Amino acid sequence: MDHNVIELFDITKKYGSFTAVDHLNLTVKKSEVFGLLGPNGAGKSTTILMMLGLTEPTSGSVSVCGINSTTNPIEVKRKVGYLPEDVGFYNDLTGIENLVYTARLNGFSRNEAEKSAVKFMKRVGLSDDINKKAGKYSKGMRQRLGLADVLIKKPEIIILDEPTSGIDPTGVRDFLNLIVGLSRQDGITVLFSSHNLHQVQQVCDHLALFVKGKIIADGNVQDLSVKLFGNEPFIISAGISLNVNNVNPEEELKKIEGVTTISREKNIFNISCSKDITSEIARVIVNSGMNLNYLQRKEYGLDEIYNRYFEGEEKHERK
Amino acid sequence: MRPFWIIVSKEISDQIKSWRFIIMVGIILLTCFGSLYTALSNIGEAISKVKDVGDPFLFLKLFTVSDGTMPSFFVFVSFLGPLLGISLGFDAINSEFNKGTMSRILSQPIHRDNLINAKFMASLIVISVLFFVMGFLVMGIGLIAIGIPPTAEEFMRIISFLLLSIFYVAFWLNLSILFSVCCRQAATSALSGVAVWLFFSIFFDMIIKIISRAMAPNPGFMHRAQLYGEQNFIMHLMRLSPTHLFSDATTTLLMPSVRSLGPLTMEQVSGAIPSPLPLGQSILLVWPQVTGLIAATVICFALSYMLFMRKEVRAR
Repeated sequence: MDHNVIELFDITKKYGSFTAVDHLNLTVKKSEVFGLLGPNGAGKSTTILMMLGLTEPTSGSVSVCGINSTTNPIEVKRKVGYLPEDVGFYNDLTGIENLVYTARLNGFSRNEAEKSAVKFMKRVGLSDDINKKAGKYSKGMRQRLGLADVLIKKPEIIILDEPTSGIDPTGVRDFLNLIVGLSRQDGITVLFSSHNLHQVQQVCDHLALFVKGKIIADGNVQDLSVKLFGNEPFIISAGISLNVNNVNPEEELKKIEGVTTISREKNIFNISCSKDITSEIARVIVNSGMNLNYLQRKEYGLDEIYNRYFEGEEKHERK
Repeated sequence: MRPFWIIVSKEISDQIKSWRFIIMVGIILLTCFGSLYTALSNIGEAISKVKDVGDPFLFLKLFTVSDGTMPSFFVFVSFLGPLLGISLGFDAINSEFNKGTMSRILSQPIHRDNLINAKFMASLIVISVLFFVMGFLVMGIGLIAIGIPPTAEEFMRIISFLLLSIFYVAFWLNLSILFSVCCRQAATSALSGVAVWLFFSIFFDMIIKIISRAMAPNPGFMHRAQLYGEQNFIMHLMRLSPTHLFSDATTTLLMPSVRSLGPLTMEQVSGAIPSPLPLGQSILLVWPQVTGLIAATVICFALSYMLFMRKEVRAR
């Protein structure tokens, strides 16, 4: 179960003088939900198109399920279901006709295609709209039809390019749950690109942070914080009101093992530390006679990861 | 079934269900019956004009006779055929991009050229069926009305005329597919196609006339060989237009008495028996025109194929 299904080795894609993807290495393991996270124009879609063999890399090699996508795209496309950003359907055909067409292009007979189209439309929750024209579908329904369209070819890998753009929050949650459920149930590998941190955080086992054609960090959410925040993955903020013994809270706190830096905003102290020492901090504060009225442990979320990276980026550019 | 034929069958059903196709067929059938009506009401007069009674090509007159109020069948085909071709192809590729279906279809296990080949094939099949249906309808109704069956040669001439019309419409179809690859907006590509069509059917002749008037000295001062060369030059210019190629070829096929498409000198004519040409000779006469039309079609298709294969596939 632990082998790589997608392997990108040192790929570069140039459009004229513009480098969209820059010496990129990426591996995705079987059955995991992998998130490609990055701002718009970071080269996520280009990378995905190269995986499908729809665009040729300028240099480097792409292999999907052990098949070279550039030289043998047909075999790759047989195994990979791709849901493009803002997917389109033939508006004059009904939902099911659109699916049947896709299924038949994948070598199903008409009968098989119709049966599995009905099955997958039920599965994505469109059983009431089977015979409605695709042009009359709402955006969320189109996206779900897109998912059915991807699933009907029985793929080993699903690649979703910004699948949640333009859907309302509840729709997004349902859609993400649907994807993760499918991945767990059928053991399908899912590669998911997005610029939305929270969605990626919700569903992905593993993610890669993508900026300007490069991956700047990858791993799971914890790994990423270790990579980007070095030895201070935790922040504990404590609210301390003025104390009886007149001790300096900062000095007291610094004595605790594991505390690296402390910053103060009025009565709130932000304590960065290398491990989780929340209870230790509470004990020290209470024992030294200070009043503790607020204590919260913050883990770095993707917001912080994102912001931290861009701060770094800006500093870098200023130099 | 191979993916290619699945795309073809889907495209055919799209074409024949679309409004523009229904409208085009409506117009074409209407004009077809109109011209048939004029042909039938004037055929008696046309026969009486024929000097020798044994003129064997009465049936072909159904396609060519007209009294001036309404053009004959083949003139209609040469006028409306291009419009049909343009209307079938102008949004072949760009509409797929605009609808966002292109990347979805190309991510299925098909070769990229399957799509453009299948679209061309589907429209070609639609056109062929339409033209054969029309041709046979005219023949059938004509047969009932005048009661004289066509000879084998007439039948072959009509079949070759229909094939030629299909090639001609295929040229316009490919031209509009080419525009649909180049232009992002369907409206732009439709208008470009119509502009080329108007240019060749109306303005091209005018421009040639202006050129010939500007170039020609007073004929009175010209040597005969010069005059002949001059005529030939204008002829060659005219033949750059696919419309002209088509009308040259159809005239020869449908009027067996046409013996040459260029100027003939007295030496060439002397000794010739003024009789209609056999089918083989007529075809030989229009072979360059047919080749030219096919070549233009192939060039347009090759260009659009090449551009399409290099096109970046992006969602919208």
